[in-house]
Amino acid sequence: MVKVVKPVGGAKLPVSKPIVGVAGRTGLWRNMKPVVNNEKCTRCYQCEIYCPVNVIRVEPETGAVINYDYCKGCGVCVDVCPTHAIVMIPEGGV
Amino acid sequence: MVLKIALTGNHAISYAVKLAKPEVIAAYPITPQTTIVEKLAEMIESGELKSRMIRVESEHSALAACFGAAVAGARAFTATSSQGLLYMHEFVHWVSRARAPLVMAIVSRTINTPWNIWPDHSDFVDQRDAGWVMAYAMDNQEAFDLTLQAFKIGEDPRVYLPVMLGIEGFILGHTTMPVEIPDEDLVDQWLGERRQPYVIDGSEPLGLGGLTFPEDTEDMFYAIQEAQESAKKVVREVDEEYGRIFGRSYGGLISCYWCSDAKYIAMAMGAWSGDLIEAVEKLRGEGYPVGVLRVRFYRPFPIEDIWSVVRGVKGIIVFDRAISFGAWGPIYTDLAAGLSLYTSNLPYMANIVAGIAGVNVTSDDFYGIVKSFIDSIEEGRLTRNYFAWVKVRR
Amino acid sequence: MATSLERRRLPLPHDAREGVLPGDAACPGCPIPMALKVISAVFGEKAILVIPACCTSVIVGTYPGQSIKASIVHVPFASAAAVASGISQALKARGVSDVHVIAWAGDGGTADIGMASLSGAAERNEDFIYIMYDNEAYMNTGIQRSSATPKGAWTTTTPTGKVENKKDVARILIAHGVPYVATASVGYPHDLYSKLQRARNTRGFRFIHIHAPCPPGWRFDPQYTVRVAKLAVETGLWILYEYVDGKLVISGPSRPFQDPSRRKPIEEYLKYQGRFKGVTSDVLSEVRKYVDENWKWVLKMATP
Repeated sequence: MVKVVKPVGGAKLPVSKPIVGVAGRTGLWRNMKPVVNNEKCTRCYQCEIYCPVNVIRVEPETGAVINYDYCKGCGVCVDVCPTHAIVMIPEGGV
Repeated sequence: MVLKIALTGNHAISYAVKLAKPEVIAAYPITPQTTIVEKLAEMIESGELKSRMIRVESEHSALAACFGAAVAGARAFTATSSQGLLYMHEFVHWVSRARAPLVMAIVSRTINTPWNIWPDHSDFVDQRDAGWVMAYAMDNQEAFDLTLQAFKIGEDPRVYLPVMLGIEGFILGHTTMPVEIPDEDLVDQWLGERRQPYVIDGSEPLGLGGLTFPEDTEDMFYAIQEAQESAKKVVREVDEEYGRIFGRSYGGLISCYWCSDAKYIAMAMGAWSGDLIEAVEKLRGEGYPVGVLRVRFYRPFPIEDIWSVVRGVKGIIVFDRAISFGAWGPIYTDLAAGLSLYTSNLPYMANIVAGIAGVNVTSDDFYGIVKSFIDSIEEGRLTRNYFAWVKVRR
Repeated sequence: MATSLERRRLPLPHDAREGVLPGDAACPGCPIPMALKVISAVFGEKAILVIPACCTSVIVGTYPGQSIKASIVHVPFASAAAVASGISQALKARGVSDVHVIAWAGDGGTADIGMASLSGAAERNEDFIYIMYDNEAYMNTGIQRSSATPKGAWTTTTPTGKVENKKDVARILIAHGVPYVATASVGYPHDLYSKLQRARNTRGFRFIHIHAPCPPGWRFDPQYTVRVAKLAVETGLWILYEYVDGKLVISGPSRPFQDPSRRKPIEEYLKYQGRFKGVTSDVLSEVRKYVDENWKWVLKMATP
């Protein structure tokens, strides 16, 4: 049997816990931004499944919604979308 | 029930491990360590010992597997020698820096090349900067006692470090002496259940050892330095408590023989201290005011304990069974550095490196060397401290 | 790029949507978190990932945080399989049975420096899953060739293209006689999902080799990670299969390409990747030959 007992003196241990944004607000890395036209979205979930940053949520009611705080703008969602419902536009553009 | 049986140093360690009941043992064969894990394998297969043994494909993997087991909440043990220890050196650091308590026995053997299976301390002292608590035994009973104590010391929340326990191969490893085995229930009660600072077992999502910036990393390493410092207190406590319960105490971090009124101190670590003690006993008989200070714990280096013994003596002679090529013997180096923090008025000091690569050093050799050190001071012939690599050929 | 068949497929389990947290340190378009999402869909928080030095050591972020909602033990390069063995044995000794140990290593940590400990653990039939995510070079140190780099590929240590063929690690593991071996690709998450499910329900040593195209290392635009991964399969260069109980079964996405006439030309795959820019026609014909030989072996193994 094992008992977890904190070290006497409160030593700092090399142990981490899950957090959102561990590398900061990665949305700031973006120079191109994916924009969804949910009229064209068929709710196939491809963008959500493949998104490497896990920032896309597809819901039957809303379609695909992107969390731009962390979206790195890689464009994978654009490439996997079968109905071309997502396009990339320049960041800070029109 | 206390048993007294004849055991080799290696088997004494196996019997102590058996009483500590590690859940996981991982090891790779290497001379002269192998008989420790052979005995443990026998115990497991006969059902006497409930451990799981991982028969790994290398020493690197042996310590890696023990590390995995330890962080996942198991008491773990491994043993190795020489090249095997060097091969796992990367993990020696990894384990202590992760604050993962486990126990490893080192059955010392010369570092090669050329191939040489005889003992010196070169493999053991080579690990000194890793953060482990490091102990070295003088005889088989002490090897047994230190192995058991290693689990207790490493798992203490004031320490939380892995512990390395050394003996010389063949000299102790394959030499039989009577060893007293304490009562199992008493050991269970004294050792208690395993404690560790965190456990990675899926009960909550935790990450161990991820990328860390310099300031946090330094804080973690400073905590290891502090843990080494508190280990001194824990070692003394455990030694004293062990004596009370099981009848044997050794003096904590160091053992002293005729030190209280000594004007000269001879220092050594390991089995050859026995020959040094014999030589000094003879010198005492001839009226020489000399004592022996035996280093039991190499890390933490017991400078306070040593200072309390050597304060005011006229001369210290240090025997090292290892050499830092281009410098001196490792114990002497630590001693000189440590004493310089206490006094600017150092006594006469000499460092004798001997017994390298398994060369035999007898009690007569010690007698001659210590006597001439003392005589040269008393007769005013010694004008400076000295270092000598003594090649003993007799 | 998705086919109509895939469009009809259900998404991966929704309860695992939060297993990989946004804001990690991966390069844009990185295939690694894509695969980690599938792992979290299968195992949730009940996984301990043992990660040797590799891109993932950096991707999951810095102390005191990490981007994965599962446990991670970071370990030295050569040791993933050995540490995973120790954890697995400790959990058994402690009676913890609902947690899965997964060694998660790159191609360097598997095919090169980790090969001995991998082989040792496989031979002992240790009870954990070993996943090799294969981006075909040492990407974390800046694109140096590994033994899993394919012939013809530029890396910083093979500036005129690698001369040797890729080491086939899955075949080496098949030779160990372990209970489960599979190849997979980040381009086919549902296929990977079902393979991880099968691995989850198998005891003993399980090995999965995931092909993982790396945008900066392979010199392609990050938006094409999935496209490139699929092209590797569609050209027949990368074959998806499972090996269970002495039988090899070609997986769904690769099945059509048993027929060479249905395979896309290899150039289709190469043209997206700057690393193959210097490939000569001689090398190309050697690559074609390699693909043919590989299929021959797979079909032979798949024949009952």
